[in-house]
Amino acid sequence: MSVNEGAGKSGFVNNLGKVYALYTLGFLVFFGLMAIGEKMGMSAKAIGIGFLLFTIAIYAIIGWLSRTMEVSAYYVAGREVPAVYNGMATAADWMSGASFVALAGGVYFGGYPYLGFIVGWTGGYVLVNSLLAPYLRKFGCYTVPDFIGTRYGGNLARFVAVVVLVVASFTYVTAQINATGTIASRALGIPFNVGVWLGLLGIFICSMLGGMRGVTWTQVAQYIVLIIAYLVPIIWMSNRHGLGIIPQFSYGPAVQRIAELEAQYGLNPPLEAIKGVSVLTTPQDAPAGHAWGMVSLAICMMAGTASLPHILMRYFTTPSVKSARRSVGWSLLFIFLLYFSAPALATLTKLQLLDPTYAHSVIGKAFEEVSNLEWVKNWSAVGMLAVVDQNGDGIVQLNEFFMRPDIVVLATPEIAGLPYVISGLVAAGGLAAAMSTADGLLLAIANALSHDLYYKIIDPQADTRRRLIVARVLLIIIGAAAAFIAMQQLTGILGAVAWAFDFACSGLFFPLVLGVWWKRANGAGAVAGMAGGFLVGSWYLYMVYTGAMAPWWGIDHIRFGIIGMPVSLVLTVVVSLLTPAPSKEIQDMVDETRIPSGGTILEQTH
Amino acid sequence: MADKSDAMMQHWQKTRNLTFLILILWFIFAIVLPAMANSLNSMSFLGFPLGYYFCVQGSLIAFVAMIWFQNWRQEAIDDEFGVNE
Repeated sequence: MSVNEGAGKSGFVNNLGKVYALYTLGFLVFFGLMAIGEKMGMSAKAIGIGFLLFTIAIYAIIGWLSRTMEVSAYYVAGREVPAVYNGMATAADWMSGASFVALAGGVYFGGYPYLGFIVGWTGGYVLVNSLLAPYLRKFGCYTVPDFIGTRYGGNLARFVAVVVLVVASFTYVTAQINATGTIASRALGIPFNVGVWLGLLGIFICSMLGGMRGVTWTQVAQYIVLIIAYLVPIIWMSNRHGLGIIPQFSYGPAVQRIAELEAQYGLNPPLEAIKGVSVLTTPQDAPAGHAWGMVSLAICMMAGTASLPHILMRYFTTPSVKSARRSVGWSLLFIFLLYFSAPALATLTKLQLLDPTYAHSVIGKAFEEVSNLEWVKNWSAVGMLAVVDQNGDGIVQLNEFFMRPDIVVLATPEIAGLPYVISGLVAAGGLAAAMSTADGLLLAIANALSHDLYYKIIDPQADTRRRLIVARVLLIIIGAAAAFIAMQQLTGILGAVAWAFDFACSGLFFPLVLGVWWKRANGAGAVAGMAGGFLVGSWYLYMVYTGAMAPWWGIDHIRFGIIGMPVSLVLTVVVSLLTPAPSKEIQDMVDETRIPSGGTILEQTH
Repeated sequence: MADKSDAMMQHWQKTRNLTFLILILWFIFAIVLPAMANSLNSMSFLGFPLGYYFCVQGSLIAFVAMIWFQNWRQEAIDDEFGVNE
């Protein structure tokens, strides 16, 4: 499996099916061995360490085998990734620590408005496929600012696109490194800060030697781990409670049962709040009056999906325009598997805690009994859970069970009384999700800086060797900076991720879409649209987040794209119309973009 | 040359119409139905309240189907004009 040589590489691509089938089998065998180990008395800690080390070792091997000194392999994986595998890699690139770790918790605690994340993070792919991916692939760019810079002509447009990209992706990557650190520190029993740097090391191993090629093949491996890790606990839990073999289609009655239980216990705020953890106060399914909150969140997430460069650049790696389109179809199918499971997980976990007929339920039980449960003690010890008998009746009430939303997925196997080997599997899955997204983001940032800022703007004479060395040095610097910021633990995982989408859609969505769909759009319009949308959006975020201003129409800090996007659209259109139309060559180039066949528009090795 | 660009114009027109159709469907499933969840909830599907069902599953399935449908139609359009690779 030597993927470092030109000839061996295509051998690897031809044998992908075999390689990854073998890998999946190996992972399942390892899971089986750990399960046997647990039966024979292996400690929980040893199992956790085993899972993390085994998976990271695999990623490291793939990263090493994918090392390269070719520009096109480094930036676009040599444009030879088949549609199905690009679909898997995109799914891993896409599903971050937020999707894997935090999403089900968000749905658990946030109820209906949070379903905007579920709809938004899947519906966005319809926009990617219809409006952008095939056209950008045909264009043949290496990075998203590369498209902006060439289509709109001029270094200013390129530079503004780089700035928006860096801000959006950097916000996102700190959240991922934070998640990596959280998981590594808990599973390995090391301090959070050490976990952060260890996670970063793993991320570098995947991305540094092979660039996009290394990241692609590790992301495929990471998708396989994360999807197994997400689905196994849900199916296990559901079968134990007789909710169907594939619970995703049959948990409807559970939703209705929860509505009954919520009414029975009452959704009250706690008598005394505890910092960092929350009680359940939002009903599972009560959409009355929240339609705008749900839809505004979904719109930001969808437009953000279609403007985040680490996702768009995945579609630059396929062999043709047709395969780029097909791989969007595969991507969404693979993503769908997790997203339609997250609400099922949230529902089953909630039922598990609330329903008194379940063996391991918590609410309504004696306080004495609950506070002595092993998992309650473990999670309370790290401050992520609290059970306090605030009204002194000796019974755990719904508003006396405090939990940090981020831990719902990680703690579910223990809450449901599943064997520890499942917890180890979930930790490995969460790590795979956070690492794969961090890889993609770091590469998007470093590539934009090395290709667009350094090579295209600062030193167009640089030779290949120098360009690739600069790219790697930047990767290390940005990774270290992100890890440093992640150590400050400024926001929760889901909050920071939502911001990234808002930044991206405020600045990039309309300039990108109009670049393909409106020939009259010109450089001045694009610069005004990107800068205006981004600045107004950021200003609104600052004003609302610091409380200097009350939100308009309920648009809070995680939805500020709703403010930035219209500004960007109006500026792009108006300024374009007030300034001269783009040149004939540019307009012909846009026409050419719309025809799938033929070579790319930019040179192969530009 | 004129013929060729005429054909390309038609190709683009068909591509654009297909895209508009998909965007309309997208608007319905991504925005209209989730926003109407409250009134849809009075109906039930597979044991789910219908509005909830669209938000957690129905719209998602529609998105996947839409993309596959669009790609299938788009490939047919590309074949018709001989621009498929």
